Amino acid sequence: MDRRTIIKQISILTGAAFVGGQIFMQSGCKTDGQTTKALLTNDQIALLDEIGETILPQTDSPGAKSTNIGAFMHKIVTDCYSTEEQKIFIEGLENIKQSFETKYSTSFISANEDQKTAFLNEVNTEAIAYRKAKKYEDPEHYFVMMKQLTILGYFSSEIGATKALNYIAVPGKYDGSYPYKKGDKAWASS
Amino acid sequence: MTDTTYLNIKSTKLHTYDAIVVGSGISGGWAAKELTEKGLKVLLIERGQRHDHVKDYKTASQDPWEFGHGGMTTQAQKSDYPVIHRGWAAQEAVMDAWVNEKDCPYSEIKPFTWWRSYRMGGRSVIWGRQSYRLSDLDFEANAKEGIGVDWPIRYKDLAPWYDVVEKFIGVSGIKQGLAHLPDGQFQPGMDLNIVEKEIAKKIGTHYKNSRHLFIGRVANLTSDLPGRSKCQYRNRCWEGCPYGGYFSTQSSTLPAALATGNLHIVTGAIAKQILYDKDNKKATGVEILDTEDNKTYEFKSKIIFVCASALNSTWLMMNSATDVWPEGLGSSSGELGHNVMDHHYNLGASGKMDGFEEFYTYGRRPNGFYIPRFVNLNGDKRSYLRGFGYQGSASREEWQRDVAELGIGVDLKNMLTTPGQWQIGSTGFGEILPHHDNKIMLDQRLYDKDGNITTDTNLGKQKTDKWGLPILAMDAELRENELNMRKDIVEEMKQMFENAGVKDVNIWDAGHNMGHGIHEMGTARMGLDPKTSVLNGWNQVWDASNVFVTDGACMTSSACQNPSLTYMALTARAADYAVSELKKQNL
Repeated sequence: MDRRTIIKQISILTGAAFVGGQIFMQSGCKTDGQTTKALLTNDQIALLDEIGETILPQTDSPGAKSTNIGAFMHKIVTDCYSTEEQKIFIEGLENIKQSFETKYSTSFISANEDQKTAFLNEVNTEAIAYRKAKKYEDPEHYFVMMKQLTILGYFSSEIGATKALNYIAVPGKYDGSYPYKKGDKAWASS
Repeated sequence: MTDTTYLNIKSTKLHTYDAIVVGSGISGGWAAKELTEKGLKVLLIERGQRHDHVKDYKTASQDPWEFGHGGMTTQAQKSDYPVIHRGWAAQEAVMDAWVNEKDCPYSEIKPFTWWRSYRMGGRSVIWGRQSYRLSDLDFEANAKEGIGVDWPIRYKDLAPWYDVVEKFIGVSGIKQGLAHLPDGQFQPGMDLNIVEKEIAKKIGTHYKNSRHLFIGRVANLTSDLPGRSKCQYRNRCWEGCPYGGYFSTQSSTLPAALATGNLHIVTGAIAKQILYDKDNKKATGVEILDTEDNKTYEFKSKIIFVCASALNSTWLMMNSATDVWPEGLGSSSGELGHNVMDHHYNLGASGKMDGFEEFYTYGRRPNGFYIPRFVNLNGDKRSYLRGFGYQGSASREEWQRDVAELGIGVDLKNMLTTPGQWQIGSTGFGEILPHHDNKIMLDQRLYDKDGNITTDTNLGKQKTDKWGLPILAMDAELRENELNMRKDIVEEMKQMFENAGVKDVNIWDAGHNMGHGIHEMGTARMGLDPKTSVLNGWNQVWDASNVFVTDGACMTSSACQNPSLTYMALTARAADYAVSELKKQNL
């Protein structure tokens, strides 16, 4: 069994297998992420807001941008990512910016939803293909990082937990055969 | 509690007690409670800082969005806590619980994962709470199989103390009538969920009731106890429970000890050595090091309970009475520091369960199912000795599922905001045999300035902790019996799941460093003979009868059940004995 399968199994049990997360990350972690200089510019953070909104858009609940997802990603990448992971993330972000402008002759931020979604779907397909081919030791694709951070930041935010999901701080009891109707919201689990 | 409960170590005039308890965790809290309730004046020594019930549970009532990093740890924490980052314990909410590994290093001759919490309550605040009795299957195994030494006690010696402990701490569970996993004094058990019930039924049918899956026996309340509310199903026990819903020193034994008025506490104080009078062959007290300024102080007592957690209790003995025994107090048998055990895990199986889409769960149950040992039992015979149990749970996929290979946009959001497929996972916990060559010792090797080992006494010096104290070196590993058992643990779980209708069953084995089970034990074992054991049947050090070691260090074999309940029962039993011996003036 390869390391990837193991991580998948552990993530099923613990619900945690994020880039920068704890599982098997003890080797190769550099600790010079404590720079006083901001890692990302305001423009880059604004671009991340749009990328996050495209990954988790507004539906009957607000989208990721409403939770300042760009600032959340900036914080995690700065504090929790290794130097190598930071580099991959930032280069990936620049790649999205440049490639999009080359293709659509407009900036990602000012493009329409269909263009953004179509473009990031291509990036996502590329990320999935990369992931299938990569060895365990190879770094994660930058777009997987962005997806994970968007989901983590959104669902652990107040809006995500209480508007998109159903949050009960103190359940007070346990029901192991609680009736469920298709479409009912999932719990924000903690 | 009075203002004088917490002593100022620098200015206190009180230096003589009936008893000193070293360590405030699961065992030390019980020693403090039992000894104070029986009228002794007790000094409790804790090397970490004060951590008050409710008041100091800083994150326990925060909402998820009040955490800065969505639960993740930072690069700075990874640097300060590298060992904790080997496993799942590195979580944003509980990083304060763990010891700073730079201040408190240890050496790994072989890989050893040591999870330490140095603050009031120790690991009682962050323990897993699973509570199972040992049985005579466990107590008799060494003697029957010629492994290690025989336990000096049997189940009947400990059973009444399990009763005492379970009633007081509150263990919820359901009686099963299994001889090898004795029933206890349970509060009502929690519920299995609908998928777990289905799998329990199918396993029972398939294996003709020779295998059992039932709700875990857990030290979370399902009925209120005095001063404590029942579990609120928040599943945030690790952060400290504002309701006192689970057993910890703070929620349970400490308030009882304080209520007697007989307890004094010093925090930020490392027990440096047990003071020993070689003429009377008794300990006279404990030398304490103040972690603030490195000054040392002597406290005297008639008896000493060593409950510093298994390996640190042995470290303390290794540093004591070295003028009489170079290897330390309790080393005359040659067994002090030997026979390190743990439970090997980090392996299991998981899969998917079709159907049950009209059901979900309400509440976050801080507990799962348990499958007790079924191998080498009732006629079953394997190629290895002893056995294992499993713990696990079933749940529907939530937003934390693996998203790397999913799409983006509205479909992704709709998928993550509704519960997904039911899945089930289970982890094995296996017994580790006591092996003389699995050992810990004080690290007396010399290191040069780059940290390389050298024999040059001019270039090298010994490693110490922040306070200049010697550190432990760990030299222990899984051996043939455990490695053979591991193959069976994953294979049996896979078969059971498949026989119960679970689909796409995957097995996993991520390997196991000693210590990773957080059930490190042994190194000062109980026995019948002072030539081959460190402690007698009452947890007394053979070489100093007024010193009792009642934490995991005392274990003669590991069994495969979670051990904390047994440490509590052994501590309560030893405390009762110590007080009766004191009254008879035998100590």
